[in-house]
Parts: sequence; structure tokens; C-alpha cells
Amino acid sequence: MPRLSVKPAGRRLPAAEPRRPAERTLSYVEAIREATDQEMGRDPAVILFGLDVDDPKAIQGTARGLAEKYGPERVFGTPLSEDAMTGAAVGMALAGLRPIHVHIRMDFLMLAMNQLVNVAAKTRSMYGGRAGVPLVVRAMIGKSWGQGAQHSQGLHSFFMHVPGLKVVAPATPYDAKGCLSAAVRDDDPVLYVEHRLLHFQKGPVPEERYAVGPGRARVTAAGADVTIVGISWMQVECLRAQRYLADVGIKAEVIDPIWLSPLDIDTVVASVEKTGRLLVVDTAWLCCGAAAEIVAQVAERLQGVRDLGLRRLGFAPTTCPTTPALEELFYPNARTIAAAARDLVEGAPTGWLPEERSDLQSIEFKGPF
Amino acid sequence: MREQLYRSLYRIRRVEEEIARVYPTDKIKSPVHLSIGQEAVSVGVCAALQPRDVVYGTYRGHALYLARGGDLRAMIAELYGRATGCTKGKGGSMHLIAPKQRVMGTSAVVGTTIANAVGHAYAVRYRRQAAVVASFFGDGATEEGVFAESLNFAVLKRLPILFVCENNGYAIHTRQERRQGTPAICERARAHGLPAERLDGDDLLDLVGRARDVVPRVRAGEGPWFFEVMTYRWREHVGPGCDYDLGYRTEDEAAPHIANDPVRRLAETLDRAGRAVIEAAVEQEIADAFAFAEASPFPTAEELTSDVFKEEDHAATLR
Repeated sequence: MPRLSVKPAGRRLPAAEPRRPAERTLSYVEAIREATDQEMGRDPAVILFGLDVDDPKAIQGTARGLAEKYGPERVFGTPLSEDAMTGAAVGMALAGLRPIHVHIRMDFLMLAMNQLVNVAAKTRSMYGGRAGVPLVVRAMIGKSWGQGAQHSQGLHSFFMHVPGLKVVAPATPYDAKGCLSAAVRDDDPVLYVEHRLLHFQKGPVPEERYAVGPGRARVTAAGADVTIVGISWMQVECLRAQRYLADVGIKAEVIDPIWLSPLDIDTVVASVEKTGRLLVVDTAWLCCGAAAEIVAQVAERLQGVRDLGLRRLGFAPTTCPTTPALEELFYPNARTIAAAARDLVEGAPTGWLPEERSDLQSIEFKGPF
Repeated sequence: MREQLYRSLYRIRRVEEEIARVYPTDKIKSPVHLSIGQEAVSVGVCAALQPRDVVYGTYRGHALYLARGGDLRAMIAELYGRATGCTKGKGGSMHLIAPKQRVMGTSAVVGTTIANAVGHAYAVRYRRQAAVVASFFGDGATEEGVFAESLNFAVLKRLPILFVCENNGYAIHTRQERRQGTPAICERARAHGLPAERLDGDDLLDLVGRARDVVPRVRAGEGPWFFEVMTYRWREHVGPGCDYDLGYRTEDEAAPHIANDPVRRLAETLDRAGRAVIEAAVEQEIADAFAFAEASPFPTAEELTSDVFKEEDHAATLR
């Protein structure tokens, strides 16, 4: 199997570490806005567009003030034409610009699949390396408050499937900024997945520019009993689950893959080699999904090397309902994740579900949007 | 000027006739969609373009690639799947590209490059470059949603783009009237707010004249323009032969186009000696290009996973 060579993207950028003391706390939204602003300020080839980018809400604030600062040629709302606007973004990229195309729901990307899969992903290979598409597509996954069937889908695995596309799903404000900078500087198309609930997260974010480049996962909590990989918003839930597990004496190692494609499987394999148990939690369906890919790659690498316990959690295998009574059941949460991890550690179903701790409650997105 | 136009027209015709001749040997392992009969559309429009101008086309793209000055050796080597091809044997006939000559993309998915051309035109305007983008597509593409979306955005932003619809009357084997509630493509274009005109694709000199009138206006910032060029595909949709035996069209339908063959008509206006010099040079170039392709190596195994991403080691992680 080809091995991953870890190399941060974002040439000329220092690769800062998240634990270094940061003088500021920013929200995920502010981190995206700052990365966009800094990249646009540095490089006139960077332009930003999508439905409603220049409207008063400015994409939850991620584009606030940018239209005023950079003008309507560089920051603009588009017609409701996802197919052609994605195609236009590809054409701009072929012409040497670095477009950032924003979609307030990932569901809308279904209108742009031809351009993303047949053109953006194919260009470099199909033209023998003689052209490239440095494009960033920002796509939001919605959750809660009745987002429902067409406002909640996590479809990142569709894009992981296709060679030529990179996929990143940062879970912290620090990574939101660093990954967006890396994506803008990448010479190939990047799908940047942002969960709507993550927008409200706050955390340390350095003021200076830095990159969190492709192909490097991060161990976010150390432990020896079970490895838990959490994707996007599920990273937050997994870190809460890690604390529920600590209450019963189980030490979970939590990993944030950050970049789903290219995937840093080495970091996950190294952890599972130690723990022997892997739980992957995705904010998506399981069938043919990111969790399936991670589990399969770990199994391929460690089969015959050591005994393995493997488990996945994700969306229920159905369409996302709107009523809170069912919506609650549709998603994994910190407690169900902790329960699944404990079952893995015990090697059998225990029937345990931790009592909810008030300090580990999920934030609820307040409607309407 | 006529000599130059003839050289371009004759060269495309003869290259494709040679491709058709070689095709049964199976040395060309790439589906070919020949432009024979439609060459004048590309030659006529490209005659009005400058080197800095940009074109996007379709899987029926040999004529556009060659009319823009794309390298013939690299094209034939590409059809032969050789490492010396214009995309190193990875794209084949349907994905020719020539960045130096500003041939920036061709697609096997109908309508796809219209939006890419529009985006390129946005970039050109954003950078205050005085270039024009020409977007070539067929009548079938006007049925795709991306056609309407692209025209709307081009008009909204007054982009420097010339849309060129090569109307050959068929999408594979299905006539335009069986696919379009309103076959008046120019009317549909005008509804988006741009000037549109229908031209005769068998009348090369008229086409050149109209393109030379319109392109400077597009370049000057007047906004997008639309040509519907009526033309006819002499050969089958894909492959080297004729397909009148299928029964979806007749030789009688093709006859007026063949009688008006722009290659022959232009040839008749040239003096015999000058014409012979042009034709001999083209034949020499074609023989050289096929010999070059035959002698070129196939790509090595490492090329299978190269060019997925700019950084090769990332490509290797995607199995």
C-alpha cells in the first residue's frame, strides 16, 4: 500500500501548533472570516462568491465586511445557478484565479456535481498535468431545529470517492483558519466542510497566518484503551464522550482526521496498534462513508498484526426527520458514543448509557436557520 | 488571407481523413468524433481571434484545436495514446488541450465547458486583460440547464465572451426538432439579453467577416454575443465512417452541404500553383505527425497515478 508522506500544504507558511499560547479567542465563524480576509489581502487572485455572500447576513458572518473591503468584483452574490457558477469557478481557476465558492448547505452541491466530479476533479489528470483547478468549495452541514431532509446531509464521502478532489472538515476555530488558508493556497480543488454547529465554537486562534495542510491528523486526547475518530462536529461529541468514559475509568484516545482526503491513516493506525479498538464517528451515513473507509484501511493494515475491535457510528440509515422527537435519535451524541466505546472495551454489550452531565450537554442551534 | 484560411481548412479536413483511414487498424484507441463538414465554423471564428484570446470546445474538438494552432504531432500522438501526446495519453481525442494556444478545455459531457468559458471570461475581465473568450458547443448543449445559467451570468456581468453554437442538427442520432420545443436557438439566446445571429457554416468568408465585426465589439466591453452557425456533420457521431445506413438521415439531406463544401469552394478561388504548395506542405506535416506518433513511446507505469494532484505523494494516497 502506498504510504502517506506528510507534507503541509500552503507553501511559505509556518506550520504552527495548536497548543502554543494564543493571545486571542475567536469563534469558528470569525476564524473563517479572518483566513478569507488574510488570503484576499495577500493575493488578488483570491475571490469569494456564492448565493448571498454579499447580503446583510454575510453567510453567518463568515464574509462580514469583505464585500465592502474588497469590492463587488472580488466578493459577490451569484444567481441561483449552482451548476454554471461551479463551472464558472472552474473556468476562473483555469485562468489563474483562486476562487472560494460558498454554499450555505452541502445539499446544494448536488446541483454542481458535474462540474465538481467531471471537471474540477479530472482536469489535472485528464490534461496530463497541463492545467489545474485551484478552487475552494465551502459547504455547510446543517443540524437541529428541524433542518430536515435537504438541509442536513453530510455528503463528504461522495467527494472522498473521487481522485483529484481534496476534502477537509475542520472541527476547531484554529483548524478552520489554518485549513482554509491551506485550501486557498492549494493548487487543486478542495471541498471545505463546515458544520453549522461548529460555527458557534470558540477557541484560540493566532493572529498571524498559518496553514494546517493536507494529510495530517491530530490526536486530541491521549488514551490507551480505545481509539475514537470523530469527523467534523462529531469531534466535539467524541471529546465529550472521552470525559464520560473517564468517569468509568476508560482512557479513550481521540483523533481528529481534519483532512479526509488525503487521509492521514498512519496516525489512526498507530493509535489502534496500541489500543486494539477503533470507533469511528461520522456526521454522515455509514454505508460507503468516511467511517467505512477509515475502518477498512485500519483493518487492512492491522489484520494479522493484532486483534481488533471495530465499530462505526453515524446517521441513522434513514432520511433526517424534522421533529425533535426523531431528530434526536437520528444522530450519535456524546453519551451514545461513550456507550459504544465502552461496549468495544468490554468486548460485549453492557447496556450502559451515562447519565447526562450538565457540563457536557450539546448546544442546540436556535432557529430558524 | 484566403491562403491562410485554406491551409487551416484543408489541414483539418486531411488530418481527419487520415485519422479515418488509420482508424480500422486499431492503432488509435480513442473514440473520435470527427469534424469533417464542420471545419469552417472553427476556422472562421478563430480567424477573428488574437493569440491572447481563449477558446473552450467539445469532444468534437479536433477542428478547434487545429484551427487555434494546436500542435499536430501532439494531437496525433495523443490519439495513439503516446507519452508525447498533448495530455501524455491521458485525455485522448475528447480532451485535447493546448494552453499555449489558449485552447483551455474540451469536455465529453455536453454543455460543460460553456460555464468554464464564462468563468474564464470573468477572470479576463477582472484582470483587465483585453482578451476575448470563445465558447464552442453544439445544438444539444442548448438543452442543458447550464446553457441558460451561463448566458444569464455572462449578460449579468457583461463578460467578454462569444458563444458559438455549432448547429449540426443532431444530438447523436436525434434531430433537433425532436428534442427542442422551440428550435429557434437564437431567440432563446436573445431572451437572456444578448445579441444573437444565425450564420451559414458552409460560407466561410461570411463567417470570418461577421466574426471580425463582432469580436472587437466584445473585446471593447459591449458584452457577450451569440452565433448560431448552421453546419452539417458528414460522418457518423463517433467513429470514422458514414452512417446513412442507420436510416435516421438520408444522403439527400447531406447533399447540399457536400455540394457547398467550404474546403472545395475556397480551393476553387485560389490559383493552382499556390494551392499545390499549401497542400503539399500539409500532406508532409500530416505524414510527419503520424510517423512521430508511431515512433513515440507509451507512458510508463508511474504515469498511472501521477497528475492526480500537483504534489505526487498525495496522489499516491488515493488508491
